[in-house]
Amino acid sequence: MPVLEIENLSKAFGGLKAVNNFSLTLEEGEIVGLIGPNGAGKTTVFNLITGLYKPTSGTIRFLGEEISGLPPFKISQRGIARTFQNIRLFKGNTVLDNVRAVFHPRIKYNFFDALLRTPRFTAEELRVTQKAMELLEALNLDKRANEKAANLAYGDQRRLEIARALATQPRLLLLDEPAAGMNPAEVRHMVQLIRFIKEKYKLTILLIEHQMGMVMNLCERLVVMDFGQIIAKGTPLEIRNNPVVLEAYLGKGATVA
Amino acid sequence: MKLSRNTLFFFLGSAIFYALVKIMQFNGILTPYWQLVLDQALIIVIGALGLSIIYGFTGQFSLGHAAFYGIGAYTAGALDKVYGNGNMLFFFLSLLIGALVAGLVAFIIGLPILRLRSDYLGIATLGFGIIVRVGMENGNKLFPVLGGATGMSGTPQLAQFDLIFILALIIILLVRNFIFSTYGRACISIREDEIAADVMGIDTTRYKILAFVLGCALAGLAGGIYAHRYPFLHPASFDFLKSFDFLLIVVLGGLGSMTGTIITAIGWVFLLEVLRVVLGQDFIDWRGVIYALILVVSIIVRPQGLFSGKEFRLLVPEQLKMATGKERTYAGSGN
Repeated sequence: MPVLEIENLSKAFGGLKAVNNFSLTLEEGEIVGLIGPNGAGKTTVFNLITGLYKPTSGTIRFLGEEISGLPPFKISQRGIARTFQNIRLFKGNTVLDNVRAVFHPRIKYNFFDALLRTPRFTAEELRVTQKAMELLEALNLDKRANEKAANLAYGDQRRLEIARALATQPRLLLLDEPAAGMNPAEVRHMVQLIRFIKEKYKLTILLIEHQMGMVMNLCERLVVMDFGQIIAKGTPLEIRNNPVVLEAYLGKGATVA
Repeated sequence: MKLSRNTLFFFLGSAIFYALVKIMQFNGILTPYWQLVLDQALIIVIGALGLSIIYGFTGQFSLGHAAFYGIGAYTAGALDKVYGNGNMLFFFLSLLIGALVAGLVAFIIGLPILRLRSDYLGIATLGFGIIVRVGMENGNKLFPVLGGATGMSGTPQLAQFDLIFILALIIILLVRNFIFSTYGRACISIREDEIAADVMGIDTTRYKILAFVLGCALAGLAGGIYAHRYPFLHPASFDFLKSFDFLLIVVLGGLGSMTGTIITAIGWVFLLEVLRVVLGQDFIDWRGVIYALILVVSIIVRPQGLFSGKEFRLLVPEQLKMATGKERTYAGSGN
């Protein structure tokens, strides 16, 4: 069964069709890149999948079940996690609490356990803290666990956002420009990191990225959007030589150098 | 259950505070007048902790906190006045009902208005506060016992220092336990970034309402105690200016700090009374000027509030301290 099936998805803001007839199927364990010029509608697709926007038309099925129209928190609880293009951490909280906060729907004590700090509360807090620390360790952030998220370096904030997304125990991870603003060495690390978490947590990944080095390297398939529509699909090699894609990025008459 | 060191220090600090008050009572330093001020300070601590949950920790701006304080006061006061006869059990029951009614009203108005954000929410809660004030002024037309614009008296004065002190301690501990739990973390994540919290699986509407209801129920409880400590209730005690007092305490203390709220609440109540004494009868009108100045200066010097998200160690429950790096002692990987 495909992890994600999007059929004829459209989203209009007034007269502007931000996403138009978008269809995409993701199979278990794939890494697919979503690329396109600025304003092509890539982030809108993410916002539609995660429930921040309601689709104007079309369907989104996750693991065979319709999810379009559900509120974001329910979609998250079903197993879709994301990061944001403009990092959205819980900035005033510690690194550890950024991760622990999103364990919330899977906490196994109730309100009164919390108020009275029962043994069940203590045991569950210990379990959650351990799991959060394991995630931080996997992303090499464990030594910063007690720092404020706002005080982390940019690259660390990007990794913390991924750690937080993984804490929701997703099957599908949506990464919105994870390597934005990074230098080539940092991009290489990010590529390794994404491969590592994909294997370790058995993820399917959909990735928006502008760094061509990264998508060419990482993705098995690419989907190219422009003006809200898919203009090309294929392997990185096919896309690299596709004249329609070159035109979208560089204008008419461009050729591969 | 084993108490952590910080909790022991909390009880130790409370015991010392209690002993000091008792000694001062015994020596006559603490006159009945200042005793009344101290009791009022503790009552305000309970109410302000409620707003701290709503605004300081969950980030929902409320300008109507005194309305819930008033709902609790009038509910508990009127119940006990009519049915109580000085019975302690009924006194506690009336406090509980006062808090529940305030919480219930918060739930009913919270459902529609908590969809609003920051300033709009402030305006909506402000409007609600005005409605409640008008309701109190005209309440006697429905229930003569409420007294309307002339105020209500006759509630048995059953609350005294020992009891208020113990109630305040219990509330501080419960609020602390709430904040340092997954529920507290859910609320704080909403304050930090509501969209991110939603996308990360936290039912933001639910926790905004939970925080609002809990906070308003605490205001209602504080109001109920107030009604049993001050013989005369008047709608003017629960108007917009009172809401503003609560807001000042939470903001001046530092958003997201229980320590800040508690200390500022006590400091604020005493400051108002000390100014009354220092200024004397002739200059009492200057009080408003002076405390406004203190407010302006402190917000310029420390815009983040006195404690800005920090807590005294004794208000932090036992943390699961995970040493970072290699020397970690916990084993296994959970489920």
